[in-house]
Amino acid sequence: MNKVPNNKAWWLVLPVFLLVAFSAVVPMMTVVNYSVQDIFDASNRYFVGADWYRQVLRDPALHDALLRQFIYSGCVLLIEIPLGIAIALTMPTKGRMASVCLIIMAIPLLIPWNVVGTIWQIFGRADIGLLGATLAKLGVSYNYAGDPLDAWVTVLVMDVWHWTSLVALLCYSGLRAIPDVYYQAARIDRASGWAVFRHIQLPKLKSVLLIAVMLRFMDSFMIYTEPFVLTGGGPGNATTFLSQTLTRMAVGQFDLGPAAAFSLVYFLIILLVSWLFYTAMTHADKE
Amino acid sequence: MEWMAWTLPTALFFVAVGVLLSCMTVFELRRPCVERRGFLPLVTSRGDRLFIGLLASAYLHLAVIGASDWPLWVASLLSLAWLVVVLRWG
Repeated sequence: MNKVPNNKAWWLVLPVFLLVAFSAVVPMMTVVNYSVQDIFDASNRYFVGADWYRQVLRDPALHDALLRQFIYSGCVLLIEIPLGIAIALTMPTKGRMASVCLIIMAIPLLIPWNVVGTIWQIFGRADIGLLGATLAKLGVSYNYAGDPLDAWVTVLVMDVWHWTSLVALLCYSGLRAIPDVYYQAARIDRASGWAVFRHIQLPKLKSVLLIAVMLRFMDSFMIYTEPFVLTGGGPGNATTFLSQTLTRMAVGQFDLGPAAAFSLVYFLIILLVSWLFYTAMTHADKE
Repeated sequence: MEWMAWTLPTALFFVAVGVLLSCMTVFELRRPCVERRGFLPLVTSRGDRLFIGLLASAYLHLAVIGASDWPLWVASLLSLAWLVVVLRWG
């Protein structure tokens, strides 16, 4: 039977197109317009060309924040992705315990960002916090409000606590989708546990891992609330990441032009890194 | 539209992007592309090459603004040349 190509189905995409246009494209166009003007509101504005971009790209404070952001996102991915896979592999697959584990894993994901920051702020305090008081009793010097390394470790551990569950649940769903015949074939070949993981589970997890890596990269690269509540970006600027710098610029100082230019640079960085991840992880299929 | 604070250069920029995407869509409908491998180290479709060309052009403009005192039209000319090269041989 000959199939007649019919492109009318593309009209079904129109609602999504309109939604994206109003929620993303139009705001982005406005940001582009703001980024080339010295602007206070729509009636008080002067064209300045690329001046804000020049100012933003040559600002050492932003270079430092960008470096911190890349280190932070790198650490988040290096810890959360392997840990999430490991947790998913050890979670029970059947029975009541499987449901219990799934509920426990989902709990951190249900807690709002600012509440997570507050929980860890109290948790880490040496006078009333369980973690801070325990470390103090053990004689370990720990002060996330005064020591940059302690602040970094606390922000990282907080993120791992909050978001590793997402990676684990994604991997768990990916593992459950692997047909049993693969495992039967592996048993016939007397494959080791490592060989099963390397040649069956990991390749089959590729698509969910792609989603997990992209989500965790984009989320961690845009992190704002948790470090803001926990450390306020300190001590000094030790945990001041890009979004906090941007918020300070746009809301604190009301520098809308430089903030718009910075937003677009920020967007381009996320777009490039996400595209690199996506291409690297799907490249093998095309080859 | 006043609230969007339009300027002539940004309006021209978005019109150019819109025209480019429309032309590529019509071109794709008339002559559907076949994925191929050029000098880029990956297999690409025509849309992929356009995306790579535009993204690299954006970074080229940022590099010229951030790291040199060259006028912006130098970056625009280099980007145009890069876009042609990557679409034809990428």
